[in-house]
Amino acid sequence: MVSTSSTHALTPDELAAIVARDIPQGAYVNLGIGQPTKVADHLPEGSGVVLHTENGMLNMGPAATGDQVDPDLTNAGKVPVTELPGASYFHHADSFAMMRGGHLDVCVLGAFQVSAYGDLANWHTGAPDAIPAVGGAMDLAIGAKQVFVMMTLFDKQGRPKLVPTCTYPLTGVGCVSRVYTDVAVFDVGVDGAVVRETFGIEVGELQERLELPLS
Amino acid sequence: MSRTEVLESVDAAVAGIEDGSTVLVGGFGLAGMPFDLIDGLIRQGATDLTIVSNNAGNGEVGLAALLKAGRVRKVLCSFPRQSDSYVFDELYRTGRIELEVVPQGNLAERMRAAGAGIGAFFSPTAVGTPLGEGKEQRTIDGRDYVLEYPIKGDYALIGAHRADEMGNLVYRKTARNFGPVMATAAATTIAQVTEVVPTGSLDPEAVVTPGIFVDRVVRVDARHYTVQGAR
Repeated sequence: MVSTSSTHALTPDELAAIVARDIPQGAYVNLGIGQPTKVADHLPEGSGVVLHTENGMLNMGPAATGDQVDPDLTNAGKVPVTELPGASYFHHADSFAMMRGGHLDVCVLGAFQVSAYGDLANWHTGAPDAIPAVGGAMDLAIGAKQVFVMMTLFDKQGRPKLVPTCTYPLTGVGCVSRVYTDVAVFDVGVDGAVVRETFGIEVGELQERLELPLS
Repeated sequence: MSRTEVLESVDAAVAGIEDGSTVLVGGFGLAGMPFDLIDGLIRQGATDLTIVSNNAGNGEVGLAALLKAGRVRKVLCSFPRQSDSYVFDELYRTGRIELEVVPQGNLAERMRAAGAGIGAFFSPTAVGTPLGEGKEQRTIDGRDYVLEYPIKGDYALIGAHRADEMGNLVYRKTARNFGPVMATAAATTIAQVTEVVPTGSLDPEAVVTPGIFVDRVVRVDARHYTVQGAR
C-alpha cells in the first residue's frame, strides 16, 4: 500500500527534509550542486552524516558567512563553506577514488530526466548552442553505493521527467536507485519504476500523467 | 642542495615555457589558482598553449586573463561553463578555442596515471554516455569500463601554501584540489607559495607533495580575491 503523507505537493524544503529522513545514520554523503545542497539543512542533530565535497573535503560544514569566508575553502559549487571538527582535506584523485571506489554511501543529484531503469540525464540538454560542461556529474552518478535523484516530477511545460527512456544525453546508465519528487517518491532500476510514497496526488492520477507503467 | 630551484621572481619561475606546450593549471574555480604564475606566463609570451584545468577561467583574472590574451589553442577541462566564464564563452562561440570536456574524476585520474607511469586504465565513468563514445570498452567482473589514457603536461603551474627549500609542499584547505596530482604529471612543475621555509622546518608527516615532484618554487604575496557566492 502506497502511503500518501501530504495533502499537497512538496515545497523544495519539504522535499529536502524527506530526502534527509532517508539518509542513514553516519553515512558518507555527497550532495550535488543546487537543490540537493538543501538536504544538509534538514539532517537531524546528531545524524553523524559526513558530507563529502568533490573538490577535496570530508565533514564539510554549512555555508560561510561574514568573517568565516575563506577563498581557500569552498564547496563544489564554489560557494564558501566551513569545516566541522574531524574534517579532512585531500587531492582530487583521492576525492574521486572515494566515489568511484564505492566508499561513499549516498549521493544526491538533480536531474533533467531519469528513466524507469535508473538511467540519469543531468549534464547536458543537447541543445546545439549549449557549451558542454560535465564537472563531476558522471563520476558521482556511477560512484556512490546509492544514487538518489531530487527533482520536480514535471518540467515547466508539464512533461514528465521520469521517463521510459531518456531523450537528453546520458550522465550514467542504470545508476539511480531512488527518485524523490515534489509529488512522489519512486524506486527505479531493472524492474522499472515503483511508487513508494505520494504527496497530494493519487497513484491513479500519477499513472495517467506518466508515460510508463508503475507498480 | 636539492634539484628543486627556489627562484627570486615569478618571471624566472616561468622562463623557458615554449610555444605549443601543454600546461596543467591548478585550481578549482579560484581556489588554488596560481595567479602570479599565470600573470608571469602572460608576460613571458608563450602562445598556442594547450591548457588542462578543471575550469576555463573566472572573470578576467588568472586563467581567464591568459585566455583573453589569446595564448590558448585548446582547453581540456571538466566544467568550462560558469556564471563568470564569459571570456571562454566568447572565444568558444566564435570558434577561436578548442574544448575537450573530460569528467572531473577522469581528468584527475588521467593525470594521476601520467604521473605514476600507468599506460592507460579502465574507468567506469562515462560508460554509455556521449563522453564514452568511441572509446575502447571492456567488461570486467560484470561491470563496464572505458579505456582512458594519461594526460601528461610539459609544465604544471600550481598554487600551494608553503614550501621548504627542497620543494616539499603543503597546501591550504580546498585550495589543494588538483595541485598534488598535477605536480606528478608534468615534466617541469612550478609552484607558487606564500611562504618558503628553511629545510627541516616542515613536519615530514604533513608534507603533501614531496619535493621530487617540484622543479621550481617561487614565493608570492598572498592575494586577496573575492569569491563567487560569498555573502
